[in-house]
Amino acid sequence: MSNSAISYSKNRIRTLYLAGALFLCLSAAAGILLGSSVLTVAEIRQAFAEGFSSSAGARVFAFVRLPRTAASLVCGAALAVSGAVIQGVLANPLASPSIIGVNAGAGLAVTLCTALGIYGGWRLSLASFFGAFAAVMLVSLGARKWGASRGTVILIGVAMNSLLGAVSDTIVTFVPDVGVMSNDFKVGEFSAVTYPKLIPAVILIAVTLLFLLTLHHELDVLTLGEENAGGLGMNTNLMRAVFLMLAALLAGCAVSLAGLLSFVGLIVPHAVRRLAGSQSVHLLGLCALYGAAFVCLCDTVARTAFSPYEIPVGIIMALLGAPFFVFILVKGKGGHSRD
Amino acid sequence: MIELCSVAAGYRQETVLRDISLAIPKGKLLTVVGANGSGKSTLLKTIVGIVPLSSGTVTVDGTDRNDLSRQDTAKRISYLAQGKSVPDMTVRQMVLHGRFPHLRYPRRYSAKDREIAKAALCRMGIADLADRSLPSLSGGMRQKAYIAMALAQDTDYLLLDEPTTYLDIAGQLELMKTLRTLADSGKGVVTVLHDLPLAFRFSDSIAVLRNGEIAVCDTPESVSRSGIIETVFGVGLRYDEEENAYSYRYL
Repeated sequence: MSNSAISYSKNRIRTLYLAGALFLCLSAAAGILLGSSVLTVAEIRQAFAEGFSSSAGARVFAFVRLPRTAASLVCGAALAVSGAVIQGVLANPLASPSIIGVNAGAGLAVTLCTALGIYGGWRLSLASFFGAFAAVMLVSLGARKWGASRGTVILIGVAMNSLLGAVSDTIVTFVPDVGVMSNDFKVGEFSAVTYPKLIPAVILIAVTLLFLLTLHHELDVLTLGEENAGGLGMNTNLMRAVFLMLAALLAGCAVSLAGLLSFVGLIVPHAVRRLAGSQSVHLLGLCALYGAAFVCLCDTVARTAFSPYEIPVGIIMALLGAPFFVFILVKGKGGHSRD
Repeated sequence: MIELCSVAAGYRQETVLRDISLAIPKGKLLTVVGANGSGKSTLLKTIVGIVPLSSGTVTVDGTDRNDLSRQDTAKRISYLAQGKSVPDMTVRQMVLHGRFPHLRYPRRYSAKDREIAKAALCRMGIADLADRSLPSLSGGMRQKAYIAMALAQDTDYLLLDEPTTYLDIAGQLELMKTLRTLADSGKGVVTVLHDLPLAFRFSDSIAVLRNGEIAVCDTPESVSRSGIIETVFGVGLRYDEEENAYSYRYL
């Protein structure tokens, strides 16, 4: 029996959830405690007991580590789930927010907001979402109108990335203040996270993730193919648009916090699918768990590996992510699928 | 009964079906045959509403199909498309998706749904594969899983577009016997087949499509005698009474 034939036993899924939860806890703990100065549990306890301004450690915890760790966790979860949804809806394993222009759409919106003096709050998160949604709908509708193959969809996405990136760069050229954050923004990093940016994004991401989990049957039925899903009574055009909107909401909020983080929306869904199959309820749940833990771990490494220097987390994720992706692809090659 | 009355349908500017009138009664097995591109698949898609009508009407048990929601249509008619993806999920999970039109958001399966899915698995003889993943199965087994999903939809009518694809000869015979049993149990079954002897052996009636129109729709014997098969396919059919079987007669 092939690997995938036995991959869905309840025990295996349970083990993956437990391992993911442990990974998440360890990553979050490392994210909170480690950094240019190491925090102790006692300092954190003191912060809660005596207030967040009571000591230097308490301030570091409350105003640096906590928002940053929270941001990395929610961004990881959001981008991984967004990638899983986009891959499912477009029936394209190569699709992910960073590849088909979703992140670039959100990035343009964020650049535009920054140029207009909007640095956080609901307006930034929502503008980012609209940018992401407009990009994904353009790619999706373009692909459908021209009957594009899977490869062409990716190429349309690449073109969209270039186009939106060029518009962003034009804005940066004319409004030099925006350019201060542009390099870090392009690779993705969490050093600019503030509570006014974090809170709306966290709320939107949490609500969207929960709503998506209630739609797991719909996502499964869509993967049966458009005509079979239609035969089961689904309005496939409407559901596809709903899913792409939710995926854009997740990616948009993540971009408003972290910039153009790549890899996570591609790697995590692939890895989870290899380990747990593509039943959506577990795929989405595990993507949220492992995506959050993965990005948080990468961010901790980015902050501590060359301390006191800090490198953007996007670089670390690419360095860790690319070999891992190749490993997963090679390991999963021992095939099944026979006709 | 599903009734099509002067139906025309197609894609955007292209009309594929013209002036189709057809009755699909419960308890009968109707097979649609025709050359590639004659509109067989479009006919099934038009019946379930995936391809919109340009003109004419489709009624399902007396109700105009345009008055039925997608979900209500799916509660009455199961449809399996010709092209099927192979999602990485278990057979049981996929068969349970047959219950999709019967559930409301947020769609939780009841014990009854699970029982119906289990019965569908048993009917297709794949109960032992319930926990296997779809990609790990042979093409024939996947096909059975898909048909089990259509059975789990628990509808009065079953529309199957080339259901024998990927099945070996024994599997094709077995499937046609299953469809025959389903029709005998009261369901209206419509299939699209390329294998004429198989179609003529098991069906109650044969509809021959030619260039988007029904050239003839009658019992297999009448269609065989009419000479339309020779005209459309360039081969004849020979009936062996002793064997109760048809075979090709090459012209």
